[in-house]
Amino acid sequence: MEAVLNSNWILLPVIVPLFGALLGFLIPGWVRFIGLITVVISATAVLLLGNQLLGEASVQHTVGGWDAPLGIVLHADGLSLLMLGITAAVFVAVSVHASDYFALPQVRHFWPLWLMLLGALNALFVSGDIFNLYVTLELMTLAAVALTALGDEPDALAGAMRYLLASLLGSVVYLLGVAFLYHQFGTLDITLLGERAEPVPALWLAAGLMFAGLMLKTALFPLHFWLPSAHASAPAPVSAILSALVIKATFYMLLRLWFEIFAPFTGGMFVAIAGALGALAILWGSVQALRQPRLKLLIAYSTVAQVGYLFVGFALAVASNSTVVWGAVLMLVLSHALAKAAMFLAAGNLLHFARHDRIADLDCLAQRLPLSVAAFGLAGVSIMGLPPSGGFTAKWLLLQAAFEQGRWEMLAVLIIGGLLAAAYIFRVLGHAFTPGSELSHTPPIIALRRGWPALLLALAAVLLGLLTTVVLDVLAIGNPVQLVGGAG
Amino acid sequence: MNSFFIYSLTGAGLFVLGLYALIVHAHLLRKILAINVMSSGVFLLLVALARHSGEPAAADPVLQAMVITGIVVAVSATALALVLMLKLHSATGQTQLHDDSGE
Repeated sequence: MEAVLNSNWILLPVIVPLFGALLGFLIPGWVRFIGLITVVISATAVLLLGNQLLGEASVQHTVGGWDAPLGIVLHADGLSLLMLGITAAVFVAVSVHASDYFALPQVRHFWPLWLMLLGALNALFVSGDIFNLYVTLELMTLAAVALTALGDEPDALAGAMRYLLASLLGSVVYLLGVAFLYHQFGTLDITLLGERAEPVPALWLAAGLMFAGLMLKTALFPLHFWLPSAHASAPAPVSAILSALVIKATFYMLLRLWFEIFAPFTGGMFVAIAGALGALAILWGSVQALRQPRLKLLIAYSTVAQVGYLFVGFALAVASNSTVVWGAVLMLVLSHALAKAAMFLAAGNLLHFARHDRIADLDCLAQRLPLSVAAFGLAGVSIMGLPPSGGFTAKWLLLQAAFEQGRWEMLAVLIIGGLLAAAYIFRVLGHAFTPGSELSHTPPIIALRRGWPALLLALAAVLLGLLTTVVLDVLAIGNPVQLVGGAG
Repeated sequence: MNSFFIYSLTGAGLFVLGLYALIVHAHLLRKILAINVMSSGVFLLLVALARHSGEPAAADPVLQAMVITGIVVAVSATALALVLMLKLHSATGQTQLHDDSGE
């Protein structure tokens, strides 16, 4: 039906970072150099893979020549490519920022873990079976938790601990779902599962368990309790990646499982729950963000709200059954990844400059740190959903879908969420522009390589809206979005 | 057939027991142990399924490979959790997480 090409390029984004991580452990003196080079090589490999994918339908690779079920089959299509691409872009930008962030004892631990996280994310996006997904999920979690705790402050340690416990619970629940699926249908391969799946109790049980586990790891309200403390207390580059990519990885798994396996069998009930929780997350997250006294906590709660948008988008896309609305969900994923990474980097710069991140005392920063405040404001444009940002296109398409389906409550939530987002972002900007008192300490100079990555990420988030058709075209490669009862 | 049910029910029981303990206990060591009990429950279920779905004489190697991989993952996760707990203890003197004021 579709040409599936055997490709070796798919292997590089997985192997290069893992190899780089080992090398970084072995040669600690060169660790920063190795880290930066590895991130760039991995991004280049993704570009080459993308180039190959544009000419083909989808590609796969059987590792070591061992076929499934004993071997591991890697598989990449348009959906994987979008996630790999955004991961590469955000990682390159944040790595430049991070190369100036960490001092000597931490830097030796940071880069190997950082590369491990990159390798785990890339591996997750090209995994073709549900157990391999579990392994990459755990690798990602362990690296992310260790990175969160890198600061060694009590807050960061407590945040990391809570994050680890919640994540492990999510993984175990997911694994139980894997067990049921394998027992019922005798395979772990996602495509084969899709062909063999039939409506039996084991399938529903597995769907419930796997989605519950993944929702916990994606921090969907009310399972978001672990997110604010972890994302707010981690070092700035780590917060950026956690909010931008790590929670998106589990959302990607949810989409993948939905398209390939569960869509024809799991009906309105599940989608209605996901949509309702998403709507609550938008309202709760935004209101909490407005109430936070500290900047990083505000951004973390904004992530809770944006996760809500993802699930509202999911519910609307399932109901509308159209590729364009699914494209809108992917636009949300991409634009939030860029904008939120920019916000956390900018917040890291403000925190480093002022030695605190109490919003009420962030006076006069627009004059003192114009680059970082501009980055925060531009990223805010995408989070609020103003044109021409990626966030605008995505939310406009979702509003349209809600309107066509007559989902007035969703329409209201989408609009209120946008207004609340504008409120919490202008609250920060308002304080940043007030004329302020003298600083009590000699402020450090923020290096340009800490400022520019944030601004470039924010610019990319704003300009992403102009690339909507490109995103839709890439998403069509290999037909990852399988519509119910349709030709796709 | 009969032993399959004993093993899988025990596995499910351990899973639920672990989940209960994870929720009610505040001490971090107990929480870490509770997660381990939960994963043991899943592993037991997987081993029981391996026996059940394969030939009567030979168990399904794929499921057993999954259990081995799962054990490796569980060991590393437990190690990380224990180190975190020790660091938290030496930094704050606490052995439990207290609730955030915001939540």
